[in-house]
Amino acid sequence: MAKLTIADLKKIKEEYHANQALREGGFRVKITVHMGTCGIAAGARTIMNTVMEELAKSDKKDIAITTSGCAGLCSQEPMATIELAGEPPVKYIALTEEKMRRIFTEHVMSGKPVKEFALVQGHETTY
Amino acid sequence: METTYRSNIMICAGTGCVANGSLKVKDALETELIKRNLQKEVKIVLTGCNGFCAKGPVMVVYPEDIFYQLVKPEDVPHLVEEHFIKGRPVQKFLYTPPAQKDAIPVMNEIPFFKHQVLRALRNRSLIDAEKIEEYIARDGYMAAAKALTEMTPEQIVSEMKKSGLRGRGGAGFLTGLKWELCARVPGDIKYILCNGDEGDPGAFMDRSVMEADPHSVLEGMIIAAKAINAHYGYIYVRAEYPLAVHRLQLAIEQAKDRGLLGKDILGTGFDLDIEIYQGAGAFVCGEETALMASIEGKRGMPRAKPPFPAVKGLWMRPSVLNNVETFANVPPVILHGADWFASLGTEKSKGTKVFALSGALNNIGLVEVPMGIPLKTIIYDIGGGVKNNRKFKAVQMGGPSGGCIPASLIDTPVDYENINKTGAIMGSGGMVVMDETTCMPAMAKFFLEFTEDESCGKCVPCRVGNKTLLTILQRITSGEGREGDIELLLNLSQQIKDTSLCGLGQTSPNPVLTTIKYFRDEYEAHIKEHRCPARVCTPLVKFVVDKDKCKKCGQCFRACPTGALKWEKGQVAYIDPEKCTKCKSCIKACRFWSID
Amino acid sequence: MSNEAVAQQTATDNEVIGPEMYRKIDAIIEKYKDKPGSLIPVLQQAQDVCGYLPHIVQRYVAKGMKMSPSVVFGVATFYSFFTLVPRGKHVIRVCLGTACYVKRSEEILEKIKDELDLEVGEITRDKKYSLEAVRCLGACGLAPVVVIGQDTYGDVAATKVMDIIKKYE
Repeated sequence: MAKLTIADLKKIKEEYHANQALREGGFRVKITVHMGTCGIAAGARTIMNTVMEELAKSDKKDIAITTSGCAGLCSQEPMATIELAGEPPVKYIALTEEKMRRIFTEHVMSGKPVKEFALVQGHETTY
Repeated sequence: METTYRSNIMICAGTGCVANGSLKVKDALETELIKRNLQKEVKIVLTGCNGFCAKGPVMVVYPEDIFYQLVKPEDVPHLVEEHFIKGRPVQKFLYTPPAQKDAIPVMNEIPFFKHQVLRALRNRSLIDAEKIEEYIARDGYMAAAKALTEMTPEQIVSEMKKSGLRGRGGAGFLTGLKWELCARVPGDIKYILCNGDEGDPGAFMDRSVMEADPHSVLEGMIIAAKAINAHYGYIYVRAEYPLAVHRLQLAIEQAKDRGLLGKDILGTGFDLDIEIYQGAGAFVCGEETALMASIEGKRGMPRAKPPFPAVKGLWMRPSVLNNVETFANVPPVILHGADWFASLGTEKSKGTKVFALSGALNNIGLVEVPMGIPLKTIIYDIGGGVKNNRKFKAVQMGGPSGGCIPASLIDTPVDYENINKTGAIMGSGGMVVMDETTCMPAMAKFFLEFTEDESCGKCVPCRVGNKTLLTILQRITSGEGREGDIELLLNLSQQIKDTSLCGLGQTSPNPVLTTIKYFRDEYEAHIKEHRCPARVCTPLVKFVVDKDKCKKCGQCFRACPTGALKWEKGQVAYIDPEKCTKCKSCIKACRFWSID
Repeated sequence: MSNEAVAQQTATDNEVIGPEMYRKIDAIIEKYKDKPGSLIPVLQQAQDVCGYLPHIVQRYVAKGMKMSPSVVFGVATFYSFFTLVPRGKHVIRVCLGTACYVKRSEEILEKIKDELDLEVGEITRDKKYSLEAVRCLGACGLAPVVVIGQDTYGDVAATKVMDIIKKYE
């Protein structure tokens, strides 16, 4: 792969924001499953598999699925974050396969967050 | 003379609220206040956006701190009449906390998130650790670019010193100073080392950073390498963290591919190679000279200092070793400047610290808070208080090198100096919370078992001294404690601290010293009364129901696996000593401490 | 160990460590022999090949790395990652980190020791299980934690732990 220069860093940043931004990037929803050690030990892989299955069933092309590390609240793992274009991300806690399927149907597909499984919405304070 | 107002109305003049008519509400308020002749008592202030745009126009009335939402100009006369003349808040416009209505709370309303400021964990939940582009998109490698192109090593060192960043691994040595000492030593070959050995039981922040944001560690190391002029680095990671190793490895490969590691980084002519070294399980390898011995392929035994690693470290070359969290803090310091970094924290402890909360708490997890925050806020607000409504007894900080901070010191601000004053240490940031069911002498014994097991055996005070401490603690917790044992523990502890070779031995008696300092009565109960107040030390538990305390609820009966417990509705429970296996299921089930 | 026991162990070791394993160890040594300080990675990988590090393997590595067997033995016995005896088909690891300790993981360990008639570091007679105590796996949110093979179990009760273990045949 080509070596980067400082100008490239800035370009990657801009391109990334343009492509990954929901809506502009062609995605309507972003699903993040938190997969650090404790998340995985608590069953995050099952949650990820469930999301993949549901996605395959839905046949949608506008849903982005990604992973990230520990979300910080280990006692409530497994966790996932769902972000719809133009709305604050919602963090779901203590997930099971059944809960995830319901969240997929109601929040991801129909845009209605599932209140009883959600902990919080919005972004954390960085800096 | 400036007028003193009895009330202030803060009206939001952010874009959202103005669009919803907040300025019209302001005009209506001014008119109404003059009409009622309150203009000298109530002051109107326009504020910036407070984030509740959906509820605009919003306003807060001080000093009562009452939050009104969705106020329209035509509502103003009623509001002024009720609130400022009759002195009662208007229910209709009051903001209803989300717990009472059907909405998902926002970050600021959840105490767990509210007090946190993410710097070392700035990319938490936001990036995919296995994609370098996502790190770059969040300003990744911009600090390294700045350090490599715009800054001299002296400038980097001076910025780091000015920021006041101190080592997050335990001792809290100034990072900039450490770099300066090494930068001044002449030599062609130097090493930059990252300590990811995190051996402290109860601490898992370094694991989380390596797993969730491995590039932030690499970037911190590049900046440090430039400051001391090193071209080779190692990251020493515990074998118990396979996922961290995997993600770091991937990050290194991606960075190499992109020219962010290896030869001629970003076309600046600076070279740095980084390699992962997997530890093989030895707590003492968290000590810097032991860690270096381990990388050299030897048994991880510490050596006497000086010479310090900055002068003679790995392979006898000048070396700098910093911990994972320290490196993760470096890029923002360079990118945003020392003043920005030092804007949070206390006089001598700047910035934020990551803590791993665990034990008897409702919320267990990883939190990052500004230095100086009271212990109480961490435990009760962020941690959500003690689980099962039990009583908070103590919090253990610093692992086997640290100590227990009792409930009476819960207002202690959390920074290096204040934690040291309690007898505990900041350590890497593990906080294990204990309730009344934890026995302190047994806790001290637990840590001494650990130290005795992990002592490398090189120096006598640590090898023999800790074993002797453990023997004394074993007899105390098994009911064979002797008069004078407490004094013996104190005396021996002091000697071990004074004479051990490395940090492990110098700190290993801390759990004993702090538990005696704050919970001496528990030691005395074990020795003199043959009683374990927490009912943990089995040989000291009688397994007899206290008739006066028993509430006749039958919880113990339901928990007993052997049928030793006899109970009928409305009757005091009884334990049959013939059948009892002393498994303590009944003690755990009893909410009233009625089994002795 | 008595002389007889040593002889028996050596016989078993010779049976377990076959020519295929030695070939793999040769390849590892070849890769690392000129790199200073690489004894630990060599031993880690040799253990991956053999499952444990008996004396015959330690001596073989020492010869290949041109080191004294005493140096290899010193390193192999210093670090807890290395085991000189074979492990069971399923390795049961009980976490004794602080957070797990506060949640009484010791009682879990005692229960397993009792039920399987096993001490820490030993293997059951049928070679099915071996028992290890570990210091903090960094999964304190799930305390107390027991790991069996690759599977992590959180919030384990001493009374229920044998039900989990019995699932591993």
